[in-house]
Amino acid sequence: MSVKVLIPTPLQNLTNNQATVECDATSVEELIDALETSCPGIKARVCDDSGKPRRFLNFYVNSEDIRFLDGTQTPLADGDEVSIVPAVAGG
Amino acid sequence: MTQAIDATTHHHTHATFDKLKCKECGTEYELQAKHVCEMCFGPVEVTYDYDALRQRVSRETIEAGPNSIWRYRPFLPVQTDNPIDVGTGMTPLVNARRLARQLGLKKLYIKNDAVNMPTLSFKDRVVSVALTRARELGFSTVSCASTGNLANSTAAIAAHAGLDCCVFIPADLEAGKVLGTLIYNPTVMAVKGNYDQVNRLCSEVANTHGWGFVNINLRPYYSEGSKTLGFEVAEQLGWQLPDHIVAPLASGSLFTKIHKGFQEFIKVGLVDDKSVRFSGAQAEGCSPIASAFREGRDFITPVKPNTIAKSIAIGNPADGVYALDVARKTNGNIESVNDAEIIDGIKLLAETEGIFTETAGGTTIAVLKKLVEAGKIDPDETTVAYITGNGLKTQEAVQGYIGEPLTIEPKLDAFERALERSHTLGRLEWQQVLV
Repeated sequence: MSVKVLIPTPLQNLTNNQATVECDATSVEELIDALETSCPGIKARVCDDSGKPRRFLNFYVNSEDIRFLDGTQTPLADGDEVSIVPAVAGG
Repeated sequence: MTQAIDATTHHHTHATFDKLKCKECGTEYELQAKHVCEMCFGPVEVTYDYDALRQRVSRETIEAGPNSIWRYRPFLPVQTDNPIDVGTGMTPLVNARRLARQLGLKKLYIKNDAVNMPTLSFKDRVVSVALTRARELGFSTVSCASTGNLANSTAAIAAHAGLDCCVFIPADLEAGKVLGTLIYNPTVMAVKGNYDQVNRLCSEVANTHGWGFVNINLRPYYSEGSKTLGFEVAEQLGWQLPDHIVAPLASGSLFTKIHKGFQEFIKVGLVDDKSVRFSGAQAEGCSPIASAFREGRDFITPVKPNTIAKSIAIGNPADGVYALDVARKTNGNIESVNDAEIIDGIKLLAETEGIFTETAGGTTIAVLKKLVEAGKIDPDETTVAYITGNGLKTQEAVQGYIGEPLTIEPKLDAFERALERSHTLGRLEWQQVLV
């Protein structure tokens, strides 16, 4: 279940400066834990104290905001692309 | 490629701004091209030395400055004494007597950025600041994610400044907004998707090409330009603040920056302290902030836009929570209106005040009307409605809802007959209104 994850610049110091990371996960929630295993420290950066994605961070699965899908329960399939993007932009 | 100079390494005696600071967690950063906090992803904002500002700035120094936003330069995040000045700002504050009477208000003003320079929207303010700062930071290519007005402005002012330009817009924009960008010959990427998708794409592109995206990596500087909408209204009212303002909400940035502008003028003693109520306007087909306000939520649930008000169709507004906060703490309101009401709003402003605004302005006027009718604006309040864009750019929106010319032969009797007919039609219309 290989999923490609696009990492925003502020987090690339946790991914050896890589802009993309491959992960095995069947949901967004699992993906965050899988990322934490390969890039320790990343979960605390993308999630708040309650373990939910931070409010100024958007998660997209194949270009769709997970808030229009099933949130962190959104299922992932082989070849999916997950994008983590800072929310503060535009306007 | 770009980012040649790090301006923070130079000593500038003129700078009144000193750092970037996260609005959420307070982490501080150097004055670079950065829009989000590395710790919590909150927005970073420019901070100023208000003691220095208080010493340096007075009503007289401002009045002696240029007739543009740059009369407020000490309140803007640029170091140069030669900013890009294409006459942006100092747009008319119109005493809207006829519209006021129609609505039942006593003192209503229209801040008319439909005639802002050079591209007829408030965006020229933020872009003038962003591109001046982009030059200071060493960028040679500038870019933006736009619903149309911003693309017009970025392309035009980049042309004036001799900067390369690449803009991103949703592919389905109004013809006038696309043409009004292409004429300046930038690279235009028409993205098959809505604005939020354009924005996401640009956020992913922003750090890969070394470009200055005015509303992404330059956003802390860019957004400060909207404060001038607050400064000018205060100055044009004779150095005092209004009681109530109504402004459109897209990302929520303009709304919060007008508030910041008023607060800064109070802080440095240019105007007396006074509470100003802030009310926001959204189109029903894209009203995530109005929904949160109505439902008492302190978070924004994104929506997929479906409205004629494309310039404010942002389903995932970056400053939505801050706009909510401003409306609530100032005892204002956030309302939404449907597309038919927006068209009526455009026509009402045109017919009573001679100002042709685009859909965002129609939204603002329609919400103004709705708030007055609901008793949420006191007739005695000095109220300012912000008109942020020009109707000639969104002609599609009103096509079919306005009259047609009377085509006649070049003969006197043809004119007389047509005039008689138009009077009859006018009377019929009037009777219909009464029935």
